[in-house]
Amino acid sequence: MEGQEARTAGQFTNEEWLEGLRGPGRDEAIANLRRILMRGLRYGLADRPEVDEAAREDFVQEAVLKILASLDSFRGESRFTTWAQKTAVRVALTELRRLRWRDVSLDDVTRFPDADFIPRSLADASAGPEQKTVQNALLEILRRLVSDELTDKQRQAVTAVYFHGMPIEEVARRMGTNRNGLYKLLHDARQRIKKAMIAQGLSEKSILDAFDS
Amino acid sequence: MKALDPGKLKRMVRDMLATSADEIGCDECFEQLDRFVDLELAGKRAAEALPLVQDHLNRCHNCREEFEALLTALRAEP
Repeated sequence: MEGQEARTAGQFTNEEWLEGLRGPGRDEAIANLRRILMRGLRYGLADRPEVDEAAREDFVQEAVLKILASLDSFRGESRFTTWAQKTAVRVALTELRRLRWRDVSLDDVTRFPDADFIPRSLADASAGPEQKTVQNALLEILRRLVSDELTDKQRQAVTAVYFHGMPIEEVARRMGTNRNGLYKLLHDARQRIKKAMIAQGLSEKSILDAFDS
Repeated sequence: MKALDPGKLKRMVRDMLATSADEIGCDECFEQLDRFVDLELAGKRAAEALPLVQDHLNRCHNCREEFEALLTALRAEP
């Protein structure tokens, strides 16, 4: 990339990046990209002490391959470095989640039969008697809905994600679907529960009042 | 038996209620995330320009985690 000594790589235009990565000066452009992504991950993953420079290099390597393979899909609606860094972050966090949860099976996080993870009453010291009555009624409804209204798959997903906090792509992988598919599954489950809660005759307001923080 | 703590359960119920038919999924959010983040970094109102992205980030823990890491990573640029 010509004139690059005069500016830092962070100041290249989108066109310069694309030309650089596609043209004869490719190796230099890739080196610049790598440097920027490494720096980005150093900051972006700074709160994860388990991530070392070698791990970052692996993430960046994978990200660079993905970026080069999808250059044609960059629409120029954002800065190239933003678009590229997005992929690096996605690659890194996906792998870190996979590692963190690799010893946890779906069975481990869906072991509770039916809706037992929902308590019969909240240990809510701040709730007055009326609020408590509504809370307990709602919890009973929620237990029944999760138990009866949701499909097995929806219930598995709800339990694993909302109760156990398992990342959705980890749950997705174990259920043989992808992240987007699992999000839709959860969305359907939430919609069913919401509709059923409203159909019980409870107003949104009363539900929110009972469950305000 | 372990059960959800009250705070988590309340949040879950509020989230259920806030479910809307218009939600976008993780793929669509990721697709628009670079635009969203650039707006955010420029001090422009990303949430107003791309409300469905903001909505998804409010709901989806994994996507929000990626958004925050991306923002931090980009703020490091010289």
